[in-house]
Amino acid sequence: MSTGAGPEQDGSRKGMGVMDLSTTYMGLRLKNPLVPSAGPLTADLDSIRQLEDAGASAVVLHSLFEEQLKHEAAALDHHLSAGTESFAESLSYFPEPHEFRLGPEEYLEHIRKAKAAVDIPVIASLNGVSVGGWTDYARQMQQAGADALELNVYLVATDVNLTAAAVEAQYLDILAAVKRVVTIPVAMKLSPFFSATGAMCRRLDEAGADGLVLFNRFYQPDIDLEKLEVFPNLVLSTPHEMRLPLRWIAILYKRIRASLAATTGVATAHDVLKLVMAGADVTQLCSVLLRKGPGELRVILNELTAWMQEHEYESLAEMKGSMSQCAVADPAAFERANYLRILAGYA
Amino acid sequence: MSTRCMVTIDGNQAAAHVAHALSEVIAIYPITPSSPMGEWSDEWSAAGRRNVWGTIPHVIEMQSEGGACASVHGAAMTGALTCTFTASQGLLLMIPTMFKMAGELLPTVFHITARTVATHALSIFGDHSDVMACRATGFGMLASGSVQEAMDLALVAHAATLESRVPFMHFFDGFRTSHEVQKIEELTFDDMRAMIDPEALAAHRARALTPDRPMVRGTAQNPDVYFQARETVNPFYRDCPAIVQRVMDRFAQLVGRSYHLFDYVGAPDAEHVIVLMGSGAEVAHETVEALNARGAKVGVVKVRLFRPWSPAALLAAMPPTVTAVAVLDRTKEPGAEGEPLYKDVLSAFGEAVASGQRASLPKIVGGRYGLSSKEFTPAMVKAVFDNLAAATPKNHFTIGITEDVTHSSLAYDPKFSTEDPSVVRALFYGLGADGTVGANKNSIKIIGEDTPNFAQGYFVYDSKKAGSMTVSHLRFGPRPIRSSYLITEANFVACHNWAFLERYDMLSAALPGAVFLLNTPFPPAETWDRLPYEVQEQIIAKKLRLYAIDGYKVAKETGMGGRVNTIMQTCFFAISGILPREQAIAAIKNAIKKEYGRKGEDVVRKNWAAVDQTLDNLHEIPVPERATSTVRRRPPVPDEAPPFVREVLGPMMVFRGDELPTSKLPVDGTFPTHTTRWEKRNIGIEIPVWDADTCVQCGKCALVCPHAAIRMKAYDPALLKDAPAGFKWKKYIGKELEDYVVTVQVAPEDCTGCGVCVEACPAKNKKETRLKAINLHFQPPIRERERANYAFFLDLPEIDRQKVKVNTVKGSQFLQPLFEYSGACSGCGETPYVKLLTQLFGDRAIIANATGCSSIYGGNLPTAPWVVDREGRGPAWCNSLFEDNAEFGLGYRLTLDKHAEYARELVDRLRSVVGEDLAEALIKAPQKTDADIAAQRERVAVLKQKLAGQTSVEARTLLQLADALVKKSVWIVGGDGWAYDIGYGGLDHVLASGRNVNVLVLDTEVYSNTGGQCSKATPRGAVAKFAAGGKPMGKKDLALMAMTYGHIYVAKVAMGANDQQTVRAFIEAEAYDGPSLIIAYSHCIAHGINMRLGLDTQKKAVESGHFPLLRFNPELAAAGQNPLQLDSRKPALSYEDFAYEQTRFKMLTKSRPEDARRLLQLSQQDALRRWRVYEHLVALYAPESVAAAALGGNGH
Repeated sequence: MSTGAGPEQDGSRKGMGVMDLSTTYMGLRLKNPLVPSAGPLTADLDSIRQLEDAGASAVVLHSLFEEQLKHEAAALDHHLSAGTESFAESLSYFPEPHEFRLGPEEYLEHIRKAKAAVDIPVIASLNGVSVGGWTDYARQMQQAGADALELNVYLVATDVNLTAAAVEAQYLDILAAVKRVVTIPVAMKLSPFFSATGAMCRRLDEAGADGLVLFNRFYQPDIDLEKLEVFPNLVLSTPHEMRLPLRWIAILYKRIRASLAATTGVATAHDVLKLVMAGADVTQLCSVLLRKGPGELRVILNELTAWMQEHEYESLAEMKGSMSQCAVADPAAFERANYLRILAGYA
Repeated sequence: MSTRCMVTIDGNQAAAHVAHALSEVIAIYPITPSSPMGEWSDEWSAAGRRNVWGTIPHVIEMQSEGGACASVHGAAMTGALTCTFTASQGLLLMIPTMFKMAGELLPTVFHITARTVATHALSIFGDHSDVMACRATGFGMLASGSVQEAMDLALVAHAATLESRVPFMHFFDGFRTSHEVQKIEELTFDDMRAMIDPEALAAHRARALTPDRPMVRGTAQNPDVYFQARETVNPFYRDCPAIVQRVMDRFAQLVGRSYHLFDYVGAPDAEHVIVLMGSGAEVAHETVEALNARGAKVGVVKVRLFRPWSPAALLAAMPPTVTAVAVLDRTKEPGAEGEPLYKDVLSAFGEAVASGQRASLPKIVGGRYGLSSKEFTPAMVKAVFDNLAAATPKNHFTIGITEDVTHSSLAYDPKFSTEDPSVVRALFYGLGADGTVGANKNSIKIIGEDTPNFAQGYFVYDSKKAGSMTVSHLRFGPRPIRSSYLITEANFVACHNWAFLERYDMLSAALPGAVFLLNTPFPPAETWDRLPYEVQEQIIAKKLRLYAIDGYKVAKETGMGGRVNTIMQTCFFAISGILPREQAIAAIKNAIKKEYGRKGEDVVRKNWAAVDQTLDNLHEIPVPERATSTVRRRPPVPDEAPPFVREVLGPMMVFRGDELPTSKLPVDGTFPTHTTRWEKRNIGIEIPVWDADTCVQCGKCALVCPHAAIRMKAYDPALLKDAPAGFKWKKYIGKELEDYVVTVQVAPEDCTGCGVCVEACPAKNKKETRLKAINLHFQPPIRERERANYAFFLDLPEIDRQKVKVNTVKGSQFLQPLFEYSGACSGCGETPYVKLLTQLFGDRAIIANATGCSSIYGGNLPTAPWVVDREGRGPAWCNSLFEDNAEFGLGYRLTLDKHAEYARELVDRLRSVVGEDLAEALIKAPQKTDADIAAQRERVAVLKQKLAGQTSVEARTLLQLADALVKKSVWIVGGDGWAYDIGYGGLDHVLASGRNVNVLVLDTEVYSNTGGQCSKATPRGAVAKFAAGGKPMGKKDLALMAMTYGHIYVAKVAMGANDQQTVRAFIEAEAYDGPSLIIAYSHCIAHGINMRLGLDTQKKAVESGHFPLLRFNPELAAAGQNPLQLDSRKPALSYEDFAYEQTRFKMLTKSRPEDARRLLQLSQQDALRRWRVYEHLVALYAPESVAAAALGGNGH
């Protein structure tokens, strides 16, 4: 298993002292906490190479969506047969290749190529829709060489008859099923919409999750006023959004065994510092890299190092969890009272 | 030696199996019904399948059959093993080169699905008129009569051509053999290798034209030696029959099946013998055996080797006892004293008698049968024998039709049958879209492979592309099946679509006690009462067992959509008991896995679920003793239709055209137009309904409707007083017709329910935004109401053309479409352009239509979609051929110009009769606008009145030609296969001629009509037949090429991207007094898209830069303006966003992802580069640039 370089090689500015930025995420020893998250950049081999060059300590590949594979197969079947065997001159409209790669082959190939192209750990991401899909694809991803899995349980519980308990059970079932078939670490990427986020995280932890990735972001519907149409849209995250994972990481730190990854709104070295201090083992970056390019990771890394040097930290480990709920002077600041006090402040 | 296995395949695949395995170079061009042989070859080579010598044959698609043949000629000349596939007109295009190849003794095999040559009409079906037209070329001619023979004799042909040096046509009957599925024994590569003489092969290679052993061939010769040299080939033709027989003998030794130049079947002491070739020989074989078993002494000679003709072998095959011979030809040579085979047999006997080899001549008669795949049955064979038994047998007869004009036809008893009782005969009536045929092909394979039975399948399709009916004819039995004719006595009849019951008599073919399986939308308890009375009567009278299933319900529940195929297939196996039920279900599932496995597990699971749920939903319906239904079968056409429609077209509509006698049919292929209106096919399950309140009257719904089934009229509200209840209207929006009201009305029984109008509608209901001004509703409950509304709507007057702005989308859509309810695919991307053409110019349009989709929906009988307006005018239409369309249309123009010129000369000469003012106006009147045309028509009407009483020759001549004084609009219409490929040379010449013709290219970027073969309009990266690996090269820019002339009006239009530009381009093209070329992007079912979203695809084609819109108008240049105008914007959409919503591009990502990525990148670059080139051209054509260049050229 590739674990990246040691602290002496990276994360240090020329002419400055050695800085230990290393961290451990789901048992993977990483040279720093900057991990590009699942997204368009990690779907492309060249970008992955650029991210490694910029200092990324691991990559999470874009998600394999089982539903999309199913949809593509159904569409192909439909369109290849539409209009056939109806008219004597045109009994079909397409040649039929002997084999279609309708399964996860392309994604698995991407894992293999990414593994061959870079030295840092490669984490595969999976969004399944069926139990069979979750486990089959997870097993194949491990076989293709993924160092870890991130289960992207992309579930918006829009069914008004679906109870919270049922939703939670689905998460636990998926995790258990995947854990049964793979030996590599498994992270759960979670939605922030749980009635009891803490308890849910704890149950997942107990069920064997090696990491929790907080939090997933969903496409949000918007309305086009001219066309009077709804269109789903994914806007890039903004920095203030990192406060949601910040709170929950701070609360969960030391309370669960699983590693913690912060995602959403991580845009600057300061964001990284805050999240690590709250207790994150890694911070996942996406929007900032899409906006500014893969090279921005190097900028963040340098700033991170500079800040730590300026503030006389010697290692990331020193600060990890230092601002978690367990560690701060005012633990209630992470709780609801926080909200009340702010209101009171306006009064 | 490897062992041979049994396979269940059709004749095309059988022949292609051998052709591909024994070739190095294969040049192809698509033509029905031979295209699948080329497709198989292309697919096999693309998949890396090697020939028997271990190398992959090169397969290349050419621009025409002429091109394919020439390439084969070149390949053979340089020593390759080479072949091609073709039929009909395609074969005729090869004739000049075939003479050359035979003259040069170049070995090759042309595998031919013998097909009717177009005469008074095109026909895609089978007869021998094409191969007979090649008799003089010097090619050998070897005929196969069955699927097994198509494979066996293909091998004989390939072996014999090398040994004899005579090139061969190996032919079998189009459709009847090429498309019949049979269980046969497949030849192995070892068989094929063993059949090819290595020395003959080496000799062929040694003769190759090569600079290593230089020589010259194809010289020109003079009277001194040509004749003698022509006779040098005689020994080769003399020896060829013996070589073929030797090859056949070698084959018999190796494989076990024995063939002879002429094979005799029948009584050794037969007196009466029929001679024929092709699939009909199998029918005769079956009949002879049946008749002899009943005590007759008859026989049949099957002709295998027709050329070189061996009279000795023929006479040797004849029983010595023969006294009367009937020779049957599947072709017609008008004016000849008999058809070719007849004359050859006659001369063989004649020469034998003359030379003393035979003592006497038997009675010999000839007859024609089976033209254009006309049924040829044992009953007809028996009639031919009965004729021979007559004292004076009728000669030059026809059999199988009622020829009541010159009374050539023999009568026959259709009830005579030779069907083997041990054969299961099943008939399935399916809807094209429901997968019935596919499932039946599957069933044949299952029975062929999982049981010892022999199996045969033949499929009949109808003349429409949308909502078409298919009939599957399946036979299974313990002995080989020779019955190459349709089933008329079935043990099992299945109706997969309830709507057919009202229209077609499908139980007339059911034997007493047969099973009738019905897909019903009703619960079991209701089903009986819903059946039409006539159906109930037949079920009772024939004591049929009735089974019913709601297949649509099962399909819906299992995610199968409208495809009931596996469900009905399961019912068939469960009821018929051909296999034990469990075994049958396992076999069906196994077949599903094989068929759909490569399309993903989910597709397999879905089909399996459908199989599993079927039997619980299958019910046997008790049959009461009396018919009680109140539902009656509908007549094919209403009583108010004209007699010709009722008596001739009506029977054709319900598949009873075979019953029409010759006297009912036109002598020269001329048919009335305006007849699709009588069909009322009711194939739209959902149809659009207009919401007047929401409508903004933009006209887009009417513009885009592929079937002219949604229309818009503006009229005086006073006319509403007689309107049916529920007829909708709203006040005209705008100033032009402010006193008028508008109605948008749907033709409920003609709409195919494609939904394109709904997608095009820009208006949204403010209260419920999912609704538009046009919304789809379930048709049956509103059919009657809308039928009344539509009838009233049609009676409303048509708008005065001068009251609307015809150059706008809205204005154009108030004009009557003179093209309606065609048989095009639901959601067709071509027909809206054709319809627009007729709205704008239809009353003076004369159309030359290249063969292809547009000639099929434009002129495939029974009906014609062209409309006659209230003044009696409308589009006049003709299809000549595929390759000659531009020149054909130019011919129209030449006549019109000549007659107009002559008429003007006569007007000038007859000024005294015509009157000075009228004469002057008639000669000089401008005819640019609708008003001008109307004025000229009035002048011509006056002229005719003035000439009516005149007796001079010139006056009478002018009366004949007076209508030529009114401008006519010549339209040359065709697809990209014609314009970019086969007809390009002619098109180029016609455009270059400067004559005033309008060319409309319906660019679907693929040969749509023949099933999606690649053309030069196919974009890079698209998967098409003959481009199974994605087309590597980019699309030809026909517009740019035409623009280089400078005098041609050129437009690229895409209605879905800019409908206004489309309307303008049509009007400008027509107005331009010179050649015009409109290239219209037409989405197509062969793109693998959701046809409802076809307009959106067009938009993306434009926005991505794949198909930029432009107009190049030479008139503007003449007026000092820039002639070139780009009507779309710089590409803003990625090529991927355009391409990957279409299966033709997307499927490559699933079969060859790396190629797909590379080709996509290149296409993206193409799009951007194309745009840059156009932008530069606009700058270069700017008047100031042109002036500057001119100045520069003068050295200033």
